[in-house]
Amino acid sequence: MSSVIAIVCFLVLAPFLGGLLDGLDRKISARMQGRIGPPVLQPFYDVRKLFNKQTIVVNKAQTFLMLTYMAVQIFVGVLFFAGSDILMCFFLLSTGATFLVFAGSVTHSPLSTLGTNRELLQMMAYEPAVLLTCLGFYLAPPDHTFSVSELIQTPVSLILYLPGFFVAFVFILTIKMRKSPFDLATAHHAHQEVVKGITTELGAKNFAIYTITEWYEKVFLLAVVALFIVNDNPLSYIAAVIVALAVWFLEILIDNTCARVKWDVLLKVTWVVTLLAAGVNMLILMLVF
Amino acid sequence: MSFVVPFLICFPFLVSILMFCIRVNKVRNAIAYASAVVIMVAVGVLAALWGLDGGETVLLYQNTEVADHVISVAEIVLMVAVTYLCFKYKRYWISLLMIFPTLLLLWLEFFGPELAPLNHVRIDHLAILMCIIIGLIGGLIIVYAVGYMHGYHHHHLEFQDRRYYFFMLLFAFLGAMFGFVLSASLLWIDLFWEITSICSFLLIGYTKTDEAVENSFRALWMNLLGGTALACGIVYFALAQHDVSIINLVEKGVFENSATVIPIALIAFAALTKSAQLPFSKWLMGAMVAPTPSSALLHSATMVKAGIYILFRLSPAMADTLTGSMITFIGGFTFFMASLMAMAQSDGKKVLALSTVSNLGLMVACAGVGQAETVWAGVFLMIFHAISKSMLFQDMGAIENSTHTRDIEDLNGLIYRLPMLGRIMFIGIAGMYLAPFGMLVSKWAALRASVNEHNIILALLICFGSATTMFYWTKWLNRLLSSTTEPKIKDITKKNEQISLIIHAVLMIALCVLFPVLSTTYVEPLLLETFGYSSAALPSKLLYVLIVVIVVIFAVPLIAHSATKNIPANQKISYMSGVNRGDNRDFTDSLGDPKELQLSNWYFKNYVGQRKLMEPSSLVAAAVIIVMLAMIIGGALR
Amino acid sequence: MGKVKKSPWVLHYDGASCNGCDIEVLACLTPVYDAERFGIVNTGDPMQADILLLTGGINAQCQEVVKQIYEQMPRPKVVVAIGTCACTGGVFKEAYNILGGADTTVPVDIYVPGCAARPQSIIDGIVKAVALFQQRSDEHDKEKKTGRREEG
Repeated sequence: MSSVIAIVCFLVLAPFLGGLLDGLDRKISARMQGRIGPPVLQPFYDVRKLFNKQTIVVNKAQTFLMLTYMAVQIFVGVLFFAGSDILMCFFLLSTGATFLVFAGSVTHSPLSTLGTNRELLQMMAYEPAVLLTCLGFYLAPPDHTFSVSELIQTPVSLILYLPGFFVAFVFILTIKMRKSPFDLATAHHAHQEVVKGITTELGAKNFAIYTITEWYEKVFLLAVVALFIVNDNPLSYIAAVIVALAVWFLEILIDNTCARVKWDVLLKVTWVVTLLAAGVNMLILMLVF
Repeated sequence: MSFVVPFLICFPFLVSILMFCIRVNKVRNAIAYASAVVIMVAVGVLAALWGLDGGETVLLYQNTEVADHVISVAEIVLMVAVTYLCFKYKRYWISLLMIFPTLLLLWLEFFGPELAPLNHVRIDHLAILMCIIIGLIGGLIIVYAVGYMHGYHHHHLEFQDRRYYFFMLLFAFLGAMFGFVLSASLLWIDLFWEITSICSFLLIGYTKTDEAVENSFRALWMNLLGGTALACGIVYFALAQHDVSIINLVEKGVFENSATVIPIALIAFAALTKSAQLPFSKWLMGAMVAPTPSSALLHSATMVKAGIYILFRLSPAMADTLTGSMITFIGGFTFFMASLMAMAQSDGKKVLALSTVSNLGLMVACAGVGQAETVWAGVFLMIFHAISKSMLFQDMGAIENSTHTRDIEDLNGLIYRLPMLGRIMFIGIAGMYLAPFGMLVSKWAALRASVNEHNIILALLICFGSATTMFYWTKWLNRLLSSTTEPKIKDITKKNEQISLIIHAVLMIALCVLFPVLSTTYVEPLLLETFGYSSAALPSKLLYVLIVVIVVIFAVPLIAHSATKNIPANQKISYMSGVNRGDNRDFTDSLGDPKELQLSNWYFKNYVGQRKLMEPSSLVAAAVIIVMLAMIIGGALR
Repeated sequence: MGKVKKSPWVLHYDGASCNGCDIEVLACLTPVYDAERFGIVNTGDPMQADILLLTGGINAQCQEVVKQIYEQMPRPKVVVAIGTCACTGGVFKEAYNILGGADTTVPVDIYVPGCAARPQSIIDGIVKAVALFQQRSDEHDKEKKTGRREEG
């Protein structure tokens, strides 16, 4: 029963929460840059506008691929909030992302293809950290489980056992949330060298689908961050929300203080951090427990 | 059953001789079809009889004096033939790798100690599974090959048409594979092992070009090196225990019997050469010069699985041993390195070859850990890999015949230009790495199992290897899907090739859906038999969630597709900073002239190319093997 | 129907300009003027843009480009010519390579004069364009409802 409520809440509230976070993100970023910034509800205005525009495509397959992308990413969130296997969630997340990659490449357009290649590279960069994080959840005592519904009932917060995994996950969150310095494939900022990268050829409505999917995904990712904190004590949920928001704020700070890097730096740095932080933590877990 | 087993082994050899004798193409093709069907039926009969018998392990043929003599003669014939070829092509030293083990085994047979009586044939879940893979995939590949080789010689007039020889080798190979998986006697296993090596060697050299000869001898020496290790292992075990039964070897090995440590290490080493693990991966890469059916049959679907099969057999004895650690490390290392190298390849067949090496690495690693869970994952990897790789190789061959290229970059928009072959390729590749499909589920299971076994190196290698695997497959799919204005290509794929491809595709999808059923009804009993206990790496509850996921993943694109099909949409040209010339193909360059737009994937040739990585990774793997083998053998002898 | 005026995304194209107006356009996004207050985003992508800002005169080379970019924008859309050159051709009007202002190539809705146009007037022009954008959007919805103009 509680999982049904969680699923419904996710389906209904996630886009609002995601959009709101996006709006706050733009507001905070503006303040960091000494501007007033757009209204907090701006992302919703944007999406409403995008849906009101004419339907345009470069290739007819785009719409269907984008819808599939959205459906799979939402489904991942549903599985997660239903308390299912976390490893399966992340495998499916990659499958969903593959549909975005297809939507980017199906147009045979130069900027979009360039963005697609970069997106693939980003996926390759963050995939090990994501998989290792799942393994970390599994290895953490007391019981070996990938099941989210059991992971939230541990006697202590898992972050105590998994600090390295936490670092690695937060690190790749910068890529997943498309924040500078790792926003190679497409960025929220205007005027970059690949225009809008992988989303260049998305017409207004497809771009709206993309934006909403990003909101769902953002909520899902922050929920994974919260999973590090949550334990069987109800108070821990408050702590989890605070930590998730802190991580989200950290990403904004990074976004506004770093210049973007080249692809090879992205790959090397991410893999090294993954190996050092998550790998060493995993070694310790395996040796001790 | 006592009739079907010898039939299954002998019949392909008889057909093989027939193939060599008949020089009329039409007659030979008809016989090839009929024999392929007969082989598939025979496998079906064997499986059915065995299943009706209750699916228990069946041991047959205790007294096989006649067969033993035949085998001795066959060994001598092979030795002479290989020695002749080595001298003909002036690769004298390779003949030593054939002469030494053959003489060693002959000595054992005639002058060695009295061996304990044993059952020469063993039919169990693993053997039947291998038989089905060999019979089904092998049969389909023969059906495909008849059409393919016709087209091949039509296009490649520079090569002598020796189809009779080609089909002789294919059938001989099938017979040897059946013999290999059904034998319980190590002496028989060794003979069939050598036959497969030599068939592969001859098939690679089929075109007789300099490159083909060079590569075929590389394949020969690497495989014969494994054969030598196998022979040494057998002789050591026979001298120590007066026994040549692989079942006893494993049973004794489980209790860390000092007399079994060395044979197991040597046989496992032999399996590494057969499965083209680093540092022996080069032979499989070189084998791609052969006509495509042989690549599909030998180098992806069946022959390389021989090494995996023997490792699965040995795996209970490898748990928590140095040998197991060695095998696990080499497998995991190969998985990662080969997938890195595949990123830098644009030749479709070479990508397939490297991905084969890579996936074999994962199976090897699963076997090396030696727990029921990991072998569960390994068995599923083997099943899915056999089907999807055979399908992809055949598809690549058919595409090459139609487009005259196998460069992935030239396959732009193939799904529109060659719809059937493009779609089959899509299914095959999606099956290789996308989420709810078999290969990925197996990989997932392997990951779980490696963590359960606290094997950190394997877990890390799988995590990083999955990322690189995803990269090279997705970018291939991108090329297939990318829209194009290039004209359609005439599909000259023959009927028989299409039949084989479609059956593969249907099997692939059916297996994805029937996955949980297969797990409980077949693979778990298999593990029970091998390990005495059984444990699926994925709990069955999860498997049913998985079915839901599979349905969603199949249904969502279909629904989305039909929902969006009729939405009126304004089609625009793609954005090229406003300089397209009317379509998405040409743009105006800075001098005002039209220029064709060409897009390509990323390949990182200077970072992860084969030239960059093959040598160092081979060296690392070789060093690890040498050191570990020295430790294992030294430790056992002390 | 929906209010679209809260989210005008602009696309900026520089024709044969002296770059004076372009600097001013970008200045609008700086903290001092902060056009994002009005939800204005300077996107680089015609597929997602609502308002096309043109600066500089149109010459033979960029004429096709401007046409194409305008074509690629989804309806409803608004064009704003910024600076004297874009309005009329300006001091370059008689030059051999200049065809004239932006309206020689695409239908211009709002003219923002000035050499260079000041950020205040640019923002003013965009705000006017936004009102027009809302009006066109309403018309667009009505047409879609009555089925007079099928999408596509």
